[in-house]
This record gives sequence, structure tokens and C-alpha cells, in this order.
Amino acid sequence: MTTPSRAVTRNPEGILRFAAPQQFYPLAGTLAPWFAQAAAVLTAIGLYIGFFVAPTDFQQGEVYRVIFIHVPAAWMSMLIYLVMAFWAAVGLVLNTRLSFIMCQALAPTGAMFCFLALWTGALWGKPTWGTYWVWDARLTSQLLLLFLYFGFIALTRAIEDPRRADRAGAIIALVGAVNVPIIYFSVQWWNTLHQGASVSLTKAPSMATTMLAGMLVMALAAWMYAIAVALWRVRALILERERHTEWVGEVLEAEGRAR
Amino acid sequence: MQWESWAAFWHMGGAAPFVWGSYGVTAALIVAELVLVIRRRKDTVTRLLRWRRALGKNGVE
Amino acid sequence: MLSAFLAVLRRDLLLAWRGRADLLVTLAFFVVVVCLFPFGVGAETNQLRAIAPGVLWVAALLASLLALHRLFAQDHADGTLEQLLLSSEPAVLWVLAKICAFWLTTGLPLVLAAPALALLFDIEEGALPVLTLSLALGTPILALLGAVGAALTLGVRGGGMLLALLVLPLYVPVLIFGAGAVEAWLGGSGAAAHLLLLGGGLAGALALAPWACAAALRIAME
Repeated sequence: MTTPSRAVTRNPEGILRFAAPQQFYPLAGTLAPWFAQAAAVLTAIGLYIGFFVAPTDFQQGEVYRVIFIHVPAAWMSMLIYLVMAFWAAVGLVLNTRLSFIMCQALAPTGAMFCFLALWTGALWGKPTWGTYWVWDARLTSQLLLLFLYFGFIALTRAIEDPRRADRAGAIIALVGAVNVPIIYFSVQWWNTLHQGASVSLTKAPSMATTMLAGMLVMALAAWMYAIAVALWRVRALILERERHTEWVGEVLEAEGRAR
Repeated sequence: MQWESWAAFWHMGGAAPFVWGSYGVTAALIVAELVLVIRRRKDTVTRLLRWRRALGKNGVE
Repeated sequence: MLSAFLAVLRRDLLLAWRGRADLLVTLAFFVVVVCLFPFGVGAETNQLRAIAPGVLWVAALLASLLALHRLFAQDHADGTLEQLLLSSEPAVLWVLAKICAFWLTTGLPLVLAAPALALLFDIEEGALPVLTLSLALGTPILALLGAVGAALTLGVRGGGMLLALLVLPLYVPVLIFGAGAVEAWLGGSGAAAHLLLLGGGLAGALALAPWACAAALRIAME
């Protein structure tokens, strides 16, 4: 029992104390259900607004209702990559294990949102533009972002030594983050030159307030969901990484007795 | 209320395959991710418990 | 400082010269891939002309990707890399030297071979200098970005496919501006903007990639 207390005193007080995996594990366990519940409630409200309050779009009809998941998914996929890059940078600079764990816990959720943005975009595109896919700048960058997620996940899974996997993943996350704006700019440039897609992808500028409200509530729900899932994933990763420590032994024994 | 009947709601003004295709896949993926995440932690706990007990039996700590 | 750079550069060039059969494989791959396209899309001259810049660029990109695993693998296997990391010379310097040597031995032959291959596609002769210049500016960027990926995947199982997955999305802007330069020239709008952007990209990659690559190597060797 001496090891944990020493670990606590060595760490700074206040909020930073939760940078220690041992402190963060129970905190994540307490917080995750709250975020999950918030996500469920917000999703219910958002879907209600989206399907029962928001009016039919006078141009697109009912199909525009895909927007309530499409736009939040696209936002989340980009935001999560930025957050991953942030944790990667923090991990490399401050050398905190938890930052790398956060980075890896977020990646699958980010990839999922990225795929959803593409999938819902394709299904939305078919009735509105008459095709599932156009090589538009936004769509193409989204596709490349999905590849960046795949690369990150594949790299961190392929390296067996967790220390090396952490750092290698952090570097590729940062390299990717530097490249995302370049990719977006280049794809846009390419797109304006080729002029292949004649459809204008700008969303209806005069969006009804209720539509916007539904979209924002759904975006908030996506935030809560992503946080909850990431926290749950962090817990599993922490147990795995810290399995040699005393405190994980105690957690495991407690779980074993509860079963 | 936007809809005359539930049938009209499910019909989505003719865009049903696209709207419900989007929402269906989203729901399926979210459920799948939640199941995977929760199962992953449980599996980790089971595996590590077994690993610890094996260590304990061999007398190595 | 400079002497260390030159020493590593000379050593790598010498090693490459001794294993020159390997270098020819990269070049042969490039030529074969380019020659496959007419079989796939048909030998109609106008169509070939239209796809030529893209085909040459994609083939050059794949050829330099396939060569990447050679960049550090040999030095990793025989312990040279460890020695270099332990030496007092700044890692960025010799990493850059290795990338330079790598480009001179794999990228430069592609640049030189491309105009000849372009003639097979009946490209306008005036476009050949633009093609060569775009490749000369673009392939070093591919080598620099690829070096980071090669360092990250050093000694990892399934490294080759993983390297492709990591690096190919990052190659997209280079491909766009490289092939775009030739197309813009052919379209009559001039290639200056594309070539300037490629040059800017090269400067940026030269400034950042060796650092990332050195950091990745240190992580891989820990």
C-alpha cells in the first residue's frame, strides 16, 4: 500500500493530479455514464426537433433530414483528429502516458464519425445531386481524413511495444494534422481546375432556425457520446497498460469478487 | 406536428431509403461501438485476472 | 557538421552503387507500370495524351513508395543506425544526408526516365521540361515524407503495407500539384503557379520532415 500513496504525493495537486492513470481510472468510470446519459437525452431531443419540429425543406423535401447526423458527424470527425493531435503534442512534450492513451482511445470513434459523414453524405447526395459521390473538395478531404485515421489505428496496433506505439502514433497524428489543411487546400485547387462537379454543395443559406437548432443539439449529443466512449476505452487501455501495478491488482480483485 | 400519419413519417416523402439508410447505419455503428467498448473492458478484466492468478500460482509477483 | 553530412551521403551513395541491381528494379517498375496503362485504357492517342501526366505521376509515386523500405532497413539490420543515433552529430543532419542519397539513387532516375516515357504517350514536346521539373521538385517531397513513414514502421510486422497506408494520403497534394503542373501547361494556363507551390512544399518538407524523421528513428530504436 505504500506505492500508491507515494505516487500521489509525487504528483501535483489539483486538476493535474488526474494526469496519473491511477487517479484518472475511477474518475473516468464515474464520468462516463453521465456523459452517456447526456448523449442519450440530447439525441432524443435532437431527433424530436429534427423529425417533428423542423419543417420540410422547400427545395429538398424530406431527405434533408439526413443533415441532423451528417453535419455533426463531419464536425466530430475533424474535431476528434485535432483533439488527437493536441493530446499527441502534449504527450510528446510533457511525456505523460495518459495523453497517448487518450489519443488512441479517440481514434476509432473519430474514424467511425468520419465514415458516417461519408456514408450519410453519399445517401444524401443521390436524391439531391443524382449521384452518390462527387469528387468535391469537401468529400475528398473527408475521404483522405478517413485514410489518415486508418493509418493511425493500423500503426498503433501493429507496434507491440506500447511505449513505441504511443510515440510513433503521436508523430503520425501530428504529421497528419499538419497535412490536413494542405490536403484540403490542394484538393480544393484541384477541384476548381477540373470543374468536374457542377453541383453547388453550399447548404441552403436560409436554414430555418429549428433546423439549425436540431443540428446543434445533435452535434452536442455527438460530443457527449464521443467523450463517453473515449472514457470507457481509456479505462480498458489503462488496465492493460498498468497491469503490473498494485492498484490495478486491487481493482481486478474487486471486479473478480463482484462477478 | 409535421406528419399526417405514422405511415407518412416512415415514407419520408419518398426519401425513405436514403433517410432511414443513413439513420439505420448510424444507429447500428453506434450500438456496435458501445458493445465493443464495454465488452473490451470486461474481456481485459477477465484476461488480466487470469494472468494475475497464473502469476500468483507460480509464486512470481 | 558539413563533413558528417557529406560522409553519410558518400557512404550511402557508395552502398547504392554496389547494389545497383536493386536500383534498376525501381526504375524497371516505373517503366512497366507506365506501359501497362495503354493496355488497360486502350491505345487511342487522344485519350493517352489526356491521361499521360497523371499516369506518369502516379507511377513515379508508386515506384518511390516501393523503394522506401530500403531507406533504413539495411542500416537497421546491421546496427549502423544505432551507431549513428549514439554519435554526437545532430541526427537531423545525417537523416537529411540519407534522404538525399535515397533521392539521388531512386528519385533522380525516375525524373530522368519520365520524359522518354512521356513520348510513348505522345505528349507535346513543349510539356516535357514542365514534366521533368515537376517531378524534380515533387519526388524529393515524396522521399522526405516517405522517410518519416519508413522510420515509424521500421521493423514493424506488415511494415510494407502499413507504410503505404500511412504515406499515400500525405502524397495526395504532391500528386495534385505535380500532375496539375503538366495539365495546366497543356491547357495553356501556364505551370508557374503549380511549380511554385511544389517548390514551397519542398521547402516546407525540407524544414520539417528531417526533424520528424529523426524523432521517429529515435522512438523506433529505443
